[in-house]
Amino acid sequence: MRPACASRFLHRDAADARKAWRDRAGLASIPGSMATSPDHDPIPLLEARGLAFARNDEPVFGPLDFRLFAGEVVLIEGDNGAGKTTLLKVLSGLLEPGAGEIVLNGEPLTLARLSHQVALLGHLTGLKGDLTALENLRFATGLGGMRPGITPSLALGSVGLEGYEDVPVRQLSAGQRKRVALARLLLVPAALWLLDEPYANLDRGGIDLVNRLLDDHARRGGAALVTSHGAYAFTSGTPRRLPLRSAA
Amino acid sequence: MNKLTLWFHKFGSPPVFHRIGGLLAPWLFAAALVLMAVGLYGGLVLAPADYQQSDAYRIIFIHVPCAWMSLFIYFFMAANAFIALVWRIKISEILAMTSAPIGAAFTAITLATGALWGKPMWGTWWTWDARLTAELVLLFLYLGVIGLYHAIEDRRQAARAAGFLALVGVVNVPIVHFSVKWWNTLHQGSTVRLLGPSAIDSSMLWPLLVMALATKLWFFASLFVRARNDLVELEAGKDWARKVALGEGDGA
Amino acid sequence: MKPGTLGAACLAVIRRDLTLSWRRRGDALNPVLFALVVVTLFPFALGPEPNQLARIAAGIVFVAILIAGVLALDSMFRSDCDDGALEQLVLSPHPLPLLLACKILVHWTTTALPLIVAAPLLAEMLHLQHAVLPVLLAALALATPLLSLLGAVCVALTVGMRRSGMLLALLVLPLYVPVLIFAAGACDAAQAGLPYLAPLLWLGAALVLALVLAPLACAAALRISIT
Repeated sequence: MRPACASRFLHRDAADARKAWRDRAGLASIPGSMATSPDHDPIPLLEARGLAFARNDEPVFGPLDFRLFAGEVVLIEGDNGAGKTTLLKVLSGLLEPGAGEIVLNGEPLTLARLSHQVALLGHLTGLKGDLTALENLRFATGLGGMRPGITPSLALGSVGLEGYEDVPVRQLSAGQRKRVALARLLLVPAALWLLDEPYANLDRGGIDLVNRLLDDHARRGGAALVTSHGAYAFTSGTPRRLPLRSAA
Repeated sequence: MNKLTLWFHKFGSPPVFHRIGGLLAPWLFAAALVLMAVGLYGGLVLAPADYQQSDAYRIIFIHVPCAWMSLFIYFFMAANAFIALVWRIKISEILAMTSAPIGAAFTAITLATGALWGKPMWGTWWTWDARLTAELVLLFLYLGVIGLYHAIEDRRQAARAAGFLALVGVVNVPIVHFSVKWWNTLHQGSTVRLLGPSAIDSSMLWPLLVMALATKLWFFASLFVRARNDLVELEAGKDWARKVALGEGDGA
Repeated sequence: MKPGTLGAACLAVIRRDLTLSWRRRGDALNPVLFALVVVTLFPFALGPEPNQLARIAAGIVFVAILIAGVLALDSMFRSDCDDGALEQLVLSPHPLPLLLACKILVHWTTTALPLIVAAPLLAEMLHLQHAVLPVLLAALALATPLLSLLGAVCVALTVGMRRSGMLLALLVLPLYVPVLIFAAGACDAAQAGLPYLAPLLWLGAALVLALVLAPLACAAALRISIT
């Protein structure tokens, strides 16, 4: 009675996640709502069909099928060189896949049709060293929009950098820069977060911060794909895992 | 799928191209050499001396066909680059990148023979007349494409970037010609036109056209040889390339 | 302006790049200093005789400004590529050509505009006829944006490459030759008392064309080289 989906990576956790989403959204109690039966799943936030990427004709990751639903946090696991960073870049629309397609909220995502709904946090923070933290965040909101109810100053406060608004980013430590980058995630109204090694450079408090942000994001109906080398526990229980083996 | 697409698809398959190229190349070289011999005999021996320039003009039998080829190859390269960028066909990438050094060589020969022609004509080894200067800029265009292609590690990305540059350059070629002509008009105007009467005697014209054909054949022969090499290198992981490299046959 | 709209995005890009230039405003003088050095060397090489210098003054000024511009081109995308800001720009769903056009505009303002301001000084050092100066400035005003736009396409192809200076110069040369021909040609015509409007109009037409096409080409080139 599994939904007709070619994915070999969906575990029991996914069904649980969907049920949890429906519970949170209160849909299970509404009679006649569209997403009550297990057979009739809601539209996945992100779906990859047959996604593959090759560099210099060497396959980086093989045909990949998976679905990501709102409220899910999925951990992409794989060894060094398995293509985790590349996968995130392909999912964001930065790289064009060699094969397959990406569907975001029912609409195909291509280089020509990028979306406000996707936020990528990569190895490079994208922050300008000569600008202050606040100026960097103001630029990010100018470019990507701002969620209602939060301002750059509030976001900096949420990540524990209150008082650092006017410090040039180049004077911040690597961990503090990561926190500014996380504040950017709080500000832009993206439903899908693609986080590449978000725990890198962070101390214990920073790790807790990332977990907390992911939790809040999932509760708001967003979804996240996270790569990480270590196994970090998210506060809302074990996340679904997406193993990525280097394509042979 | 219509016939043209089918043919293109088949010819675009690397092992097939490798085999056909290997078969055609020696014949093309031979034909080119024969035609060159005929053309040069006609131009250097048979054709009468020019009224104004006496025997010094005979270098046009090398200079002019090479100049035509330098432009032809650039447009050939640009066309293949366009196909490679739009349809991502590997063969087009290879053809575009392989024709660049050949085009650069023809341009260099054009410049050298132009200088050799200039010495008895104008008394200097180099002259900044419109056509030669435009050829010099064309040489830089070629060198830019070659340089960019070799500066990027990923071979396919390199071909795409260099192909894009070739397309930008192909828009630039007529602009350069126009502007350089405006800047200086010392070189004699075109004496051979594709359609309409030429201003040059037929006894000089036919060796010129024969040489033009010979250089074209030489270009394709040289292109096939180089492209086959580059193709095997690019497809190094595939079975057919391995077979070819080990000498077990053509692999097609 | 509502954040996230196209207008807000363009304004954000312009404001950010202007702020960055202002924070390092000492660097804005570098192209000017370089052009000054080049112009200073010519009298040492050719002799200080005023008439001889006056004949070739416009050309020298143009070449000096052109070379200074090529050296300054690298800074257009270099720092954005190094810290990942370029990726964020490419990822944005706003039309990339428009955002790049904003970047090129700010780059021109901060590198070429000082050069244009310095041009009268450079021209005077080479004894350029005073009647030709307005034509020189007009030609510079039309040619330098053109050089920035065309240069941006080439920089986009070599973005992220280390030591790309020589390759960049090789790439821009064929594109710059027509611009130089018309710009310097206008000045030469003015110097000889001949009509000089035609080359300037050609430059203007080319500039309008480049304003539309160059950002598109730059965006395409960037997408090719950012992978």
